Amino acid sequence: MELEDVSKAFGSTHALQHASMELHAGEVHCLLGDNGAGKSTLIKVMSGVYVPSSGRLLVDGEPVTLAGPRQAQDLGIATVHQDVGMIPLMSVARNFYLGREPNKGWGPFRRFDAARARATALDEVHAMGITRVTDANQLVGTLSGGERQALGIARAIHFGAKVLILDEPTSALGVKEASVVLKQIDSARSRGLAVVLITHNASHALSIGDRFTVLIQGQVADQWARGERTRDEVLDLMAGGESVEDLFEKLD
Amino acid sequence: MQTAETISIVPEPQLGVRRKRQHIARLYQATQLGAMLSALAVFAFFSITAGDKGFLTLAATSGWLNASAELALIAIPVGLLMIAGEFDLSVGSVVGASSITMALGVTVYDLPVPLVFLMCLAIGVLVGLFNGMLVNSTGLPSFIVTLAANYVLLGLALGLSRALAGTSTVSVDITGFWGNVFGATFGDLNVTVVWCLVLGLIAYWVLSRMSIGSWIYATGGNLDGAIKAGVPTQKVRLALFVTTGVAAAIVGALQAALFNSGNAVQGQGFVFQAPIVAVIGGVLLVGGYGTVQGVVLGTITYGMVNIGLFYTGWTTDWLSTFIGGLLIVAVLANDFVRKAALRQASSIPASAPRTTIKRRVQA
Ligand SMILES: Nc1ncnc2c1ncn2[C@@H]1O[C@H](COP(=O)(O)OP(=O)(O)O)[C@@H](O)[C@H]1O
Ligand SMILES: [Mg+2]
Repeated sequence: MELEDVSKAFGSTHALQHASMELHAGEVHCLLGDNGAGKSTLIKVMSGVYVPSSGRLLVDGEPVTLAGPRQAQDLGIATVHQDVGMIPLMSVARNFYLGREPNKGWGPFRRFDAARARATALDEVHAMGITRVTDANQLVGTLSGGERQALGIARAIHFGAKVLILDEPTSALGVKEASVVLKQIDSARSRGLAVVLITHNASHALSIGDRFTVLIQGQVADQWARGERTRDEVLDLMAGGESVEDLFEKLD
Repeated sequence: MQTAETISIVPEPQLGVRRKRQHIARLYQATQLGAMLSALAVFAFFSITAGDKGFLTLAATSGWLNASAELALIAIPVGLLMIAGEFDLSVGSVVGASSITMALGVTVYDLPVPLVFLMCLAIGVLVGLFNGMLVNSTGLPSFIVTLAANYVLLGLALGLSRALAGTSTVSVDITGFWGNVFGATFGDLNVTVVWCLVLGLIAYWVLSRMSIGSWIYATGGNLDGAIKAGVPTQKVRLALFVTTGVAAAIVGALQAALFNSGNAVQGQGFVFQAPIVAVIGGVLLVGGYGTVQGVVLGTITYGMVNIGLFYTGWTTDWLSTFIGGLLIVAVLANDFVRKAALRQASSIPASAPRTTIKRRVQA
C-alpha cells in the first residue's frame, strides 16, 4: 500500500499536506510527530474514514478510492484506533465479531452463532498472550487498556488484515502492558502484515520500527529506514525539528 | 555523570478485588435482576396492603397484566431504541392517530377491517421513517425531533378527524374474526396480552440472539466504534424508529377495538411511561445497555402499582409520586452497577498507590 502526495484540509486547517508514504509487507512503519502533526488524519485517510482533498491511495499498485471504513476493511486494511472502538457494555465475543457476525440457522431463525464466536474469540485472544480473559461473555468494559488493544489486534489479524494500522496503542499503557502490545506487533509483522504504528514513545519506535516517517505540521519532515539515523537524531526530529539538547538548555 | 532512571512498579490487582469485580460484572449482565427485585417488592407491598381487598384475585391480576401488556407493546420497542441511544416521544400521538383511523375507517367509511388496520400500520411506518430520517440526516437529538413529531401528529389527527367526521371520538364495533384478533377477551384478560407475548418474544430473539442485537447495543454503546466496525448504524436507527411507530399503531388499533371507540387524543400517557418503565427495567438512559426481560419487568412493576393502588382504596393521587420515586431508585441503582462493572482492571493500578523507585546510576 502506498500514499501518493496526499493532502487533507478541514476548512482552513491543513491537517495534511503532500504526504507520501510506502508500506511493505512484514515491516513496521512508525509514524512519528508532535500532537496535532496530522498523524491521526493520515491514518484516517488510509482507513477510509476521510477522503483526501487531493492525492492518491495505491493498493498493490492500483489506485483506489475508499468509500468508507468498510471498504478499507474489505481490502484488508484494518485499524485499531486510539480508543480501540470497542463497545464497553458488550461481551468480548460480540465485540470481536462486531460488524462481521457469524450466523447460523435458517430464515427467521438465522441467528448469531454465539458458541462459535465465544470459542474463536477466546482462542484468538489467548494466542495474543492475554490469558486473563477466560470467559468470552465478559464485558469489554472490564478489560484493561492493553487487553483491549490486544483484542483489537487479534480481531484485525483474524479477519485477514494485510495492513494493520495502530494509533498510539501504547500511550495509555503501563510498561508491562506496552511490552505485551509490542510483542503482538512483532508477531503481526512476522506473519507478514504491513504495520503502521503511531507512537510518541521513541524507545518503542526504535525498538520495533523498520521504517520511519516524521510529520511536522502536516508535512513529511523526514523518512528513513532502520539504521539510517542515530537515536539522538530521531529524538530531535520527534521534538519537532529542534535539538533535544537545545530544549534542555532552554529549560536551564 | 549521573543519570536518573525512573521505574514505576505497578501493583498487580489483588485477586480478591478482581474476583469481586467479576461478580459485579456478572450481576450487571443480569440487570434484569434489579427489575425483578423491584417487581417482587411491589407485588409483596400490595399483597400485604391490599391482599385482603382483592389485589390477589384473578380480576386484579388480569387488570395489571392488561395494563402491563399494553404498555409493554410500546415500551419494548422504545427500550430497544433507547439501547441504540435514541428516544421516541411521538408514540403517544401515533396511538391516538391509529385509534381514530381504525374507528373512522370501519364506522364512517365502512372499509374492511384488515385494510383499515394496514392504514394504521402505515401511519406508524410513516412517522417512524420521518423520525428516523430526520435524526439520521440532521444529527439533531431524537428527543426534540420526536417530541415535535408528537405535537405535529396530535394536531393533525385532531384536525383531520374533526374535518372528516365532525368529531375526534368515533365509536366502533369490530365483530367476527377480526373482532377477536383485535378485541378478544379471555375472562378478564385482553387479547393485548397475546400480542404482547408475540412481540416480546420476537424482540427478545432479535436483541439477544441475532447479529442485529449486537448492532443495536453497539450503536448506543459507542457510535463511533460501531461505525468504524462497519455497523450500518443509520439503518439500525431507522428500523427501530419504524418499529416503535408500528408498535404504537398496533396499540391504537387494539384500543379502538377493545374500548369500542377511537379517540384522536388518547395515548399521550405512553410518551413518558414507556421510557420510564424501560429505565426501571434497567435500560441505560444514555444507551448501550438493557434487556427485553428487564423492560417487561419494568412494565409489570408499573402495571402492579397502577392497579394495586386502586385496590388499596387509597387515593390514586399518589400514583405519580410512587412511580417517580421508583424511577429515581432505579436510575441510581443502574448507575451504581454500571460504574462498578466498568471500573476497569486497568484503573486499579491508577488508583492504587504507585511505588516509584528512583534509581541513580553511576556512569
Ligand atoms: N475532524 C476535524 N475537523 C477539523 N480539524 C481537524 C479534524 N481532525 C483533525 N483536525 C486538525 O488537524 C490537525 C491534525 O490533527 P491530527 O491528525 O489529529 O493530529 P495528531 O494525531 O498527529 O495529533 C490538528 O490541527 C487538528 O486540530
Ligand atoms: Mg492522534
